[in-house]
Amino acid sequence: MPRTSAPSVVTGLTWLLGCQLVGEVVVHALDVPVPGPVVGLVVLLVVLLVRRLPADADTSVHRAADALLPHLQLLFVPAGVGLVAYGAVLRDDGLAILVALVGSWLLGLAVVGHVAQALTRRERR
Amino acid sequence: MRWFLEQPLTWLVATLLAYRLGCWVRDRTGHSLAQPVLVAVVVLGAALLALDVDVATYADGTMLLTFLLGPATVALAVPLHRQLGRLRGWVVPMTAGLLAGVLVSVGSAVLLVRALGGDDLLARTVAPKATTSPVAIALSGTIDGVPPLTAAIGIAAGILGAVAAPSVLTWLRVREHRARGLATGAVSHGIGTSRMLAEHPVEGAFSGLSMGLTAVLTSALLPGLVAVLT
Repeated sequence: MPRTSAPSVVTGLTWLLGCQLVGEVVVHALDVPVPGPVVGLVVLLVVLLVRRLPADADTSVHRAADALLPHLQLLFVPAGVGLVAYGAVLRDDGLAILVALVGSWLLGLAVVGHVAQALTRRERR
Repeated sequence: MRWFLEQPLTWLVATLLAYRLGCWVRDRTGHSLAQPVLVAVVVLGAALLALDVDVATYADGTMLLTFLLGPATVALAVPLHRQLGRLRGWVVPMTAGLLAGVLVSVGSAVLLVRALGGDDLLARTVAPKATTSPVAIALSGTIDGVPPLTAAIGIAAGILGAVAAPSVLTWLRVREHRARGLATGAVSHGIGTSRMLAEHPVEGAFSGLSMGLTAVLTSALLPGLVAVLT
């Protein structure tokens, strides 16, 4: 079999997991309440910037991200199914939880969206 | 039969099939309620209850998918890198929006629970729900809430975002792509982000960024906020 130097998804996945590992180590060392993968996101962004890759670069890590991210919803299915276990608890305080959840979700969405959008317009003037 | 229902591969395959079904329903109907995550959760949840299978058995079988959430979160740096030019000159609107958002979303969650007769414990449990699951669980523990219940409520907030965020933002007249992504990531973390990635590249990128920044801001502000409010 000829050896190819085409960017492979396995190389890309190695980069993603490597950045996550660095993130986990940082979180463990500094004892900060942020998840390792979120720090890993910042680590990967720094790597992409340091390598001075253009915005439309097509490396192994881009291939891996484009393979994973369109199916991000699949990865949340197990967490969603876990809701079944809380049926009884959610029934007890169901109304308070439902109203607080939907109400604060809506208020948060409106405030973030409108504050950011309003300040954007001001900047343009 | 029992052996088949309690071995891990069954539920991994069932989850992949339920997700496929969800994608098929979405493409067929084009209805925003038909998000693959919602369809799959409803189908699988009903199957677990009907067949009397323990949620722990299901979680064991689908550990591979849950594990991939880590590298997938790291991968959100890629869409963000592609849109990084749009971040220039937008740091002030972004920071102001997220700060206001954390205060309003935590504050209103606590006050609504109290207004509806919920106790302090329930208020503290609901307060961190807008952040991504690992942060929500950790914060809930820090402020003496009930971490597993916080996680469950947070997942519900995420699914709400995947189903409703784009239409609600349009109804609220938020049209700027960066602001739409920012707002969704701030209240519906990764699950909302999964929908925005399918809506628009800029919205997906800023939703992922917003999920990360909201986690950091909430971690910093939540203990103080909850001390004042409860």
